[in-house]
Amino acid sequence: MSLIELPRSPVRAPPSLSRWQRIDPDPVGYLHSVETGAAADGPGVRFVYFLSGCPFRCLYCHNPDTWKLASGRSLTLDEAVAEIRPYVGFLRRAGGVTISGGDPLVQSEFVGRLLTRLHDDLRLHTALDTQGYLGRKVSDTWLDPLDLVLLDIKHADPQAHRRITGRPLQPTLDFAERLVRLGKEIWIRYVLVPGLTDAREDLERLAALLAPLSSSITRLDVLPYHRMGVPKWSDLGRPYQLANVTPPTPQAVADAVAILAAHGLPAC
Amino acid sequence: MTAIPKPSTFLAPWAGFHPGAWQTQVDVRGFIQANVTPYLGDAGFLSGPTTRTQKLWEKLSELLKIEREKGVLDVSADRASGIVAHDAGYIDREAEIIVGLQTDAPLKRAIMPNGGLRMVEVGLAAYGYKIDPAIKQAWTKYRKSHNQGVFDVYNNEALAARKSGIITGLPDAYGRGRIIGDYRRVALYGVDFLRAERQKLFKELDGAVFDDKTIRLREELSEQFRALGELREMASKYGYDISRPAANAREAVQWTYFGYLAAIKEQNGAAMSVGRISSFLDIYFERDLKAGLLTEAQAQEMFDDLVIKLRIVRFLRTPEYDQLFSGDPTWVTESIGGMSEDGRTLVTKSSFRVLQTLFNLGPAPEPNLTVLWSTRLPEGFKDFCAEVSIRTSAIQYENDDAMRPYWGDDYGIACCVSAMRIGKQMQFFGARANLAKALLYAINGGVDEKSGQVVAPGFEPIASDVLAWDEVTAKFDAMLDWLAKTYVSALNSIHYMHDKYAYERIEMALHDRDILRTMACGIAGLSVAADSLSAIRHAKVKVIRNAAGLAVDYAIEGEYPAYGNNDDRVDEIAVGLAETFMKKIAAQPYFYRDAMPTQSVLTITSNVVYGKKTGSTPDGRRAGEPFAPGANPMNGRDVKGFVAAGASVAKLPYACALDGISWTASATPDALGRLPAERRNNLVACLDAFAAASGHHVNVNVFNRETLVEAMEHPELYPQLTIRVSGYAVNFVKLSKEQQLDVISRTFHASM
Repeated sequence: MSLIELPRSPVRAPPSLSRWQRIDPDPVGYLHSVETGAAADGPGVRFVYFLSGCPFRCLYCHNPDTWKLASGRSLTLDEAVAEIRPYVGFLRRAGGVTISGGDPLVQSEFVGRLLTRLHDDLRLHTALDTQGYLGRKVSDTWLDPLDLVLLDIKHADPQAHRRITGRPLQPTLDFAERLVRLGKEIWIRYVLVPGLTDAREDLERLAALLAPLSSSITRLDVLPYHRMGVPKWSDLGRPYQLANVTPPTPQAVADAVAILAAHGLPAC
Repeated sequence: MTAIPKPSTFLAPWAGFHPGAWQTQVDVRGFIQANVTPYLGDAGFLSGPTTRTQKLWEKLSELLKIEREKGVLDVSADRASGIVAHDAGYIDREAEIIVGLQTDAPLKRAIMPNGGLRMVEVGLAAYGYKIDPAIKQAWTKYRKSHNQGVFDVYNNEALAARKSGIITGLPDAYGRGRIIGDYRRVALYGVDFLRAERQKLFKELDGAVFDDKTIRLREELSEQFRALGELREMASKYGYDISRPAANAREAVQWTYFGYLAAIKEQNGAAMSVGRISSFLDIYFERDLKAGLLTEAQAQEMFDDLVIKLRIVRFLRTPEYDQLFSGDPTWVTESIGGMSEDGRTLVTKSSFRVLQTLFNLGPAPEPNLTVLWSTRLPEGFKDFCAEVSIRTSAIQYENDDAMRPYWGDDYGIACCVSAMRIGKQMQFFGARANLAKALLYAINGGVDEKSGQVVAPGFEPIASDVLAWDEVTAKFDAMLDWLAKTYVSALNSIHYMHDKYAYERIEMALHDRDILRTMACGIAGLSVAADSLSAIRHAKVKVIRNAAGLAVDYAIEGEYPAYGNNDDRVDEIAVGLAETFMKKIAAQPYFYRDAMPTQSVLTITSNVVYGKKTGSTPDGRRAGEPFAPGANPMNGRDVKGFVAAGASVAKLPYACALDGISWTASATPDALGRLPAERRNNLVACLDAFAAASGHHVNVNVFNRETLVEAMEHPELYPQLTIRVSGYAVNFVKLSKEQQLDVISRTFHASM
């Protein structure tokens, strides 16, 4: 048959039985999707693993399809590493890898093993995008292969935080303090939602909250709320409570940045 | 040929240049190599627009506004155009630094019946003009057009293939274009030197055997000689004597532009590219700047003025043509930068200046500014290109590292992606064949799925209900043999007749006598065909037939890997298709004028028309749905982002598509990064990675989807909104509604 040569790559072998005989089995993760060229999830161009599973139910979540662990496809550690392998040379020069979600700490065992492979074997710059709520699940050594944490703080006021996410704020702060103690670099991510997180007092309170952490914070991203995730809510049959909220104007974002920057925070 | 006076001494115009063999024989590359000043710095030296420039542009903008409303501003319907058919024309005589218009007024379109009288008549009628009876009589009674010549020889299969749309866009009714005269020769040598050269070449053949080839060549040399005389006459209407070489920067720009202007007065080519002039002109700018004869602001002003002229190149075209190539493109492609074979960069300050026009005059689709990208380009230039892309979406990138080994370091891009050594090579433009439709023909035994007519005779349809890989690919293989044969026969006919009835006298006068010709075939629907085969191979595809037994739809059970996700299981099918069709083209027994067969993976905007003319396909695409443009993955199927999609496209080997492989990528600004410097750095990193992976061409669009939606609703607010489509740029507001929707629906990488 001369027309099209069959793919030369061998048909994937079935999972080897020996895997099950190991004392330390290859862990299985649940992956929602990957993005091979993200540019707003850490320094440079990033390969991003979006893992499924999240303990939060943020009102403005743009990826509600990642909430449930089982909504992702299962894959082994080797398969997860294989996803990134074609891009390693490029990523070493251009950026690195970010593990996001969902919240990646839901699958902390899998993620810990993956981070080790990415950081130690593939020598990539690693970042973890999390809201830190499950930080207590992981040990200090778990954090070793991590170069940067993108820590999402949804609100600086505990009540408002619970209203937005359904969960308390304190575990996130505990995790942040631990990161500072361990000398980890942190980028704070704060979503600016009109009427929900953009009041001057909200921002002042955030600045106060971050002040004791500032030695480790190298960047504070003020991310304008957007509505690109709204259709996903209706796809999932869930009512979207922020139906009447519109994205902040560029000026509103600039004002918020200015308030935070006035406190010496590296806001942008 | 009449005798011409011996050229006078050229010492003065060349004073200060490094001497070399270029002084005694036509050798523009030699001149560039000996004199170019590479620039390794950043954009800090550039000048903004002068008040004069702004005023001139404003004046023109008023006319452009009227043109947008009317479709065409005016037509010179009273005469067939030619190099000296019109008197001098100006936008604003006092204010213009570089002069020359196609007719006697700006945006007034000429008619060029040598290509085809029908095209002229339909074009005129579309805008409410009538053809002059004398012109009609001349081109019906007394002489023949290219178009008539072609239809005198086409066979039934070519006619049927053309009608069904399995082959579309053939230049059989309009000028083929894609020929780049070396307009720089006019500046460097002056017209007398060039005429003397033609005369010498002609006389050398006096004693040759007068066979077909020699006679044709002698006739062509005579035509070229005559056209050069007309070029000189045309310039004299503007008060310039271009019989001598240009003596300073302004003259160099003016002379070069006159050369180009003569070409666009005479030829309504599908693409009338200008070549690779900015770094050539830079040599003159450097000389004048060093001598204190010129300031940077004046240098920029000349580029701005030249670019204003290049923005208003116009041809009268038919609505049918506009459907294929939407937005009134002219492909005044200028190739910028690149590397020299000796490792120096050919980026000069003028590479920056020509891009700076997009800021000084605002974004525009023409000239089609094309950066010849190398991973070794100076960092300052890379950064500036990225910034221009992010702010204007008006430039495209082609991989100099991939092309230089084939074409050297003085090639230019004709049209979108076609590289050719300037003055040493031309192509026979061949539009494209529809591979997705060919697959449907394989399934239906050569019967068109839309019309029910037999287009490819002598084939048996597939009878089974589930498509089997071996059967489909065997039949597809045979169908591609038929397609290649039909296609090349048509192209041989077209180019034979084009040479005979619409020969490009002035463009060819600015070429060497002996040149490389390529027969530039092309394919459309690559991603549709590849995904269809992937579905057949990796999922289960059931055929749905209509009452007449024709396969008209397909049901897919299971999932299949789609092209655009860096997945070898399907990407290798796409590679195999491109390589296979190239082999089948190359296997044809005859190519007119010993042309070298090549192909492109490029659709321009005809991906919409191709989709319209193609029934449902086994990949799940619905009948009528647009194809992806060029080598792009199908809309929405590339789910792993920009880098994976680019990796898939980059697997298509340039060696099997030497006429170019086009990829169009669109990203939102936020997807490139949060801060301006990050966006720039990230885009540079991605362009480097794509080039390093041997990707050939990429259009970079950076804008928000909302902007496009708003521009659709309020076109008057976005007259200059420019976007890159496949291989060229257009004013978004000039696209048809259909095409606007196609662009908007196309994958926007919310990440890169």
